[in-house]
Amino acid sequence: MKLSNKTVDRIATAVFYFFAFLIIVLLAGLIGFILFRGIGHLSFDFLTSPPETFKTGGGIGPQLFNSLFLLVLTMLITVPLGIGAGIYMAEYSKPGKFTDFIRLVVEVLSSFPSIVVGLFGLLVFVNYFDLEFSLLAGALALTVFNLPLMVRITEQGIRGVPREQKEAGLALGLTRWKTITKVMLPVALPTILTGTILAAGRVFGEAAALLFTAGMSSPRLDFTDWNPFSPVSPLNPLRPAETLAVHIWKINSEGIAPDAAQIAAGASAVLIITVLLFNLGSRWLGRYLYRKLTASR
Amino acid sequence: MTSIMEIERLNLHYGEFHALKNMKLDIPKQTVTAFIGPSGCGKSTFLRTLNRMNDLVPGVQIDGSVKLDGQDIYSDDTDVETLRKRVGMVFQQPNPFPKSIFDNVAYGPRLHGIKDKARLNEIVERSLRGASLWEEVKDLLNKSALSLSGGQQQRLCIARALAVEPDVLLMDEATSALDPISTLKIEELVRELKKDYTIVMVTHNMHQAARVSDRTAFFLNGELVETDDTEKLFSNPVDSRTEDYITGRFG
Ligand SMILES: Nc1ncnc2c1ncn2[C@@H]1O[C@H](COP(=O)(O)OP(=O)(O)OP(=O)(O)O)[C@@H](O)[C@H]1O
Ligand SMILES: [Mg+2]
Repeated sequence: MKLSNKTVDRIATAVFYFFAFLIIVLLAGLIGFILFRGIGHLSFDFLTSPPETFKTGGGIGPQLFNSLFLLVLTMLITVPLGIGAGIYMAEYSKPGKFTDFIRLVVEVLSSFPSIVVGLFGLLVFVNYFDLEFSLLAGALALTVFNLPLMVRITEQGIRGVPREQKEAGLALGLTRWKTITKVMLPVALPTILTGTILAAGRVFGEAAALLFTAGMSSPRLDFTDWNPFSPVSPLNPLRPAETLAVHIWKINSEGIAPDAAQIAAGASAVLIITVLLFNLGSRWLGRYLYRKLTASR
Repeated sequence: MTSIMEIERLNLHYGEFHALKNMKLDIPKQTVTAFIGPSGCGKSTFLRTLNRMNDLVPGVQIDGSVKLDGQDIYSDDTDVETLRKRVGMVFQQPNPFPKSIFDNVAYGPRLHGIKDKARLNEIVERSLRGASLWEEVKDLLNKSALSLSGGQQQRLCIARALAVEPDVLLMDEATSALDPISTLKIEELVRELKKDYTIVMVTHNMHQAARVSDRTAFFLNGELVETDDTEKLFSNPVDSRTEDYITGRFG
């Protein structure tokens, strides 16, 4: 039997719609389930108070703070490095063995399983460089797989800038560097920022790479002590820090508080909401910046 | 008439491909020189050697001498940025920056170090007037350049180039993406601009060359076949290939 093109087209369309529908249902179901289980547990108190080991009523305050602080630390390291390397790859690197090699390294690094990155962090940052379980070691481990992503995002953003824009800059007598920073980067910025926020979402939800680097415990934090060198200060980058994602893993596997299940559900809801916010935020910011930078109303 | 640019024994290779063959051309000051010839004959390539935009092409090799006011622009002590400030360029597709009209024109001067607001205002107005765009946009300076029509965008690009005060303006088929009315406006503008600037333009349109240029150079297959006063070249060409081309027998 020979099907007419029209029939084939219709069947193919139906199949694609079916898969698209399936993915949406799956996503909605997953998010809905996690939110449904956890959202009843959310309260201001839950988000700000410290966890309890044996009693009910513990919160996730320090973990939430740790996650955010670790994110900031990681981004402080990866954004400048990643943008610099991305610019190099897009504009300065000559096609050849060396460039291909860098590209290979970037690809391999970004596809490493995060538990392996965590073990690498344990060996190198925690043990060899003697950082012990610390935010800094965690941030460095996250850098290992976030940096390649940042490089790729920047490179793609810069390469996406139309050649006419670059030539317009050069033809005005701008140096190559000024053309890159003042003409091409602004055009690429929405792409780069969107990608960066998506990467941030990934960092925020990461657990495996942090188990053996940032650690699975936090010291009692004194939220009135903002001296980054004090051991009980939340800002001390050399203290161990359990993040939200690690906390969920931990109470799920070894939590003994009576309300451990609810706490895990609540914390999962917080995690998912935050990651969703990162995703939506990146879209919104990308659109906003594009409109703003192009001054188009 | 004194020449502002003198090109001699110019050869350009893209890798193995010999794109410009032993070319010689004088460009007199404050005139319009037009390049005509069939597609792929090397007009853009030649134009882009005049402000060293071909430097960007990997594997390009350029020999010979290209002088601006007697200075070889390919010598080691030439500062490419200074050269490109003196030899501005307008492209085939209007390519304004995705910024406001004001910022587009002020871009060059700002990045070359002019901070003073009053001075920038003055430069922007003068450049927009120079590009015959001021009357149309003086109340919209903060609007996006992308909201302008194609013809206005192209005149904005001319204004942007004028703002860094060049001596020579290169235009590569600057009207080919525009409608006839915008094209006529730019042609008129070019005739106006030659009072202060030297203009070199590539055009596919022989009538345009005849209408606006003082000198015309005919290119064919990487060779510069004939250069002469426009009137003379169109009425009485020396080379039979030129005659074939302008009478429409090929190309
Ligand atoms: N970057 C490049 N690498 C290799 N070859 C090139 C490059 N740019 C142009 N060429 C070749 O050089 C020749 C001249 O090209 P050029 O763009 O100067 O022609 P043109 O006269 O401007 O044509 P058109 O009227 O179509 O714009 C063509 O054969 C083209 O294929
Ligand atoms: Mg061309």
